[in-house]
Amino acid sequence: MSPAPALTGSRHEPDELLLGFSRALRAAGVNVTMDRAQSFLAAVAVVGLDDQRATYWAGRATLCSSPDDLDRYDQVFAAWFATKDETGRRPAPQEPPPVTQASLEEHEGAGGDGEDDDPLRALASATEVLRHRDIGEMSPAEKARLALLFDQLRPRAPTRRARRRTTWHRGEIDAERTMRRMLARMGEPAELAWRRRAERPRRLVLLVDVSGSMSPYADALLRLAHRFVVSSDRRGAHGGLAPRVEVFTIGTRLTRVTRAMRLRDADRAIIAAGETVPDWSGGTRLGETLRIFLDRWGQRGMARGAVVVVFSDGWERGDTGLLKEQMRRLHSLAHRVVWVNPHVGKDGYQPVQQGIVAALAHVDDFVAGHSLATFAELIEVVADA
Amino acid sequence: MVTTITSPADLTARLASTGYLADESLATIVYLALQMERPLLLEGEPGTGKTALAEGIAAALDLPLVRLQCYEGIDATQALYDWDFPRQILHLRALEAGGDVVDVEKAESSLFDERFLLARPVLRALRDAPAVLLVDEIDRADDEFEAFLLEVLSTYQVSIPELGTISAVTPPVVVLTSNRTREVHDALKRRCLYHWVEHPGLEREVEIVRTRAPEVSEQLARQVVTLVQRLRTDESLLKPPGVAETLDWARALERLGAQDLDVATAAATLGAVVKYREDAQRVRQALDRMLTT
Repeated sequence: MSPAPALTGSRHEPDELLLGFSRALRAAGVNVTMDRAQSFLAAVAVVGLDDQRATYWAGRATLCSSPDDLDRYDQVFAAWFATKDETGRRPAPQEPPPVTQASLEEHEGAGGDGEDDDPLRALASATEVLRHRDIGEMSPAEKARLALLFDQLRPRAPTRRARRRTTWHRGEIDAERTMRRMLARMGEPAELAWRRRAERPRRLVLLVDVSGSMSPYADALLRLAHRFVVSSDRRGAHGGLAPRVEVFTIGTRLTRVTRAMRLRDADRAIIAAGETVPDWSGGTRLGETLRIFLDRWGQRGMARGAVVVVFSDGWERGDTGLLKEQMRRLHSLAHRVVWVNPHVGKDGYQPVQQGIVAALAHVDDFVAGHSLATFAELIEVVADA
Repeated sequence: MVTTITSPADLTARLASTGYLADESLATIVYLALQMERPLLLEGEPGTGKTALAEGIAAALDLPLVRLQCYEGIDATQALYDWDFPRQILHLRALEAGGDVVDVEKAESSLFDERFLLARPVLRALRDAPAVLLVDEIDRADDEFEAFLLEVLSTYQVSIPELGTISAVTPPVVVLTSNRTREVHDALKRRCLYHWVEHPGLEREVEIVRTRAPEVSEQLARQVVTLVQRLRTDESLLKPPGVAETLDWARALERLGAQDLDVATAAATLGAVVKYREDAQRVRQALDRMLTT
């Protein structure tokens, strides 16, 4: 079918024309729901269909819901109601997306020398050394020993203020409770009751980059994620709402591994996660996977008011403009965004990778994550978020 | 609700008479909001006149403006109603002193009387309707508060357990503003008419300055606006100046008796336009170049 050239057509056409337009808009990626389309019809009925500019503004007010929608709306409107008169449209100034290439590796040399070959020292405080060693430089045997140490980590959930209040020994006066106590004594002043805002655990979302450049750390990071998930589950068993911890792997594809992470045993959880993740050690398209996360999960509520932790070194093969935009979205949804970069703690590290530079503006905490000791610090950052 | 407005053009004229210059798009959307009795959600950079629009609507329709400023942790007792606890206590005391032998039930019911009710903005807007309710900076409030607001906005009524339901005779005109520091929830957005408020163009902003600050000369107004507009687009400032800043600056220059904008006075009065040290430095460096070309 072809879009009608004029706004006024035969009898039953207007509704079809307008609903067709809202469908076209939905196809273009604007989130047009049924009730929005209905509002659109009602709004056009108010301003009159013959006034094309008013129709334009009526649609923009009812069908769009964010500045991102406006460009798309302009394009679809122009295509759908194509007439000679195109005034009234004011397309937002479009800046060309900056085409940037990820800088080539230049910081590979950090570490490598100064290895711990001294058997005496290693024996003296093997665990303490292991705690501070860069996981990326460990041998498989050391990693196996380190895995046992993960049990020592005790993640705490970040909290938020709840709407309810609970009785407390100080704070604000609980007028209702005080009043009830007084009424029970025929209006005689009773002891004052106090209350404060209750606290609820915040949702925590962990996004773990498992692409090629992160592969030395992927195993350890998933173990850390497992600790977060398992300890939150245990807290739930004590009564009260379990703090929800969600784990996703990012990289070339977005995979939700929360279910696998629920397995009690860490090794089995990692294996189960490995089976669900199709892109171990692939190339990195951070911006793209973040966008998918936000579209599919984040915006619908998972990231809202949550503490979001991104584990990545910020190597971006794709468009960094996209990553920047997605980080902005994430930041505006989440309560706090923590970026964990395994290279931060190393000597001479500068956040120069295009991806990191793009993302840093929208990150609340930028912390290290290359050893067990730094993981413990991260746990504190998350708990206090 | 308001039937006196007959068309967007009519509305534009009325808004203009109160000193708010609305363009065609804004007038159409406000007109729609009035006709469809839907809340209006205005998003945009700070200083684009979102709050001023609500004030303009109230003045144009000759309705009282009830303003609710949102902040983190705002809850129903600050938005809806609260009971005046000290007065309730006093009332109890007075009953006691009067020697009336009352049973607890009766005393309690006399406590939850309309006169002990502290009406907060939303309740006030519903009771005083028709009125304009401005919910300012909704993005600062929490998710829970949004949900609560959505409930009120979809029914325009509030139930107080001790008193009963209070509903608006005519729904108030509701204007919500957001600076987009946080994404407003979709459900709330769906309920509202949406408009993204942009910075005005050169001619319009000159007009705004001339209307709001008639004492500023046409020439000075034009120079100030041209410079501010260039600051907005060319310099990547931490906080680009809004229309309010333009007005402040024009007024400040007028007070100093400036007829013309020159580098020295511009630099001296820069505090009216840019509010960050980094911005001020950047603008000072650029002033020379901007004022000469």
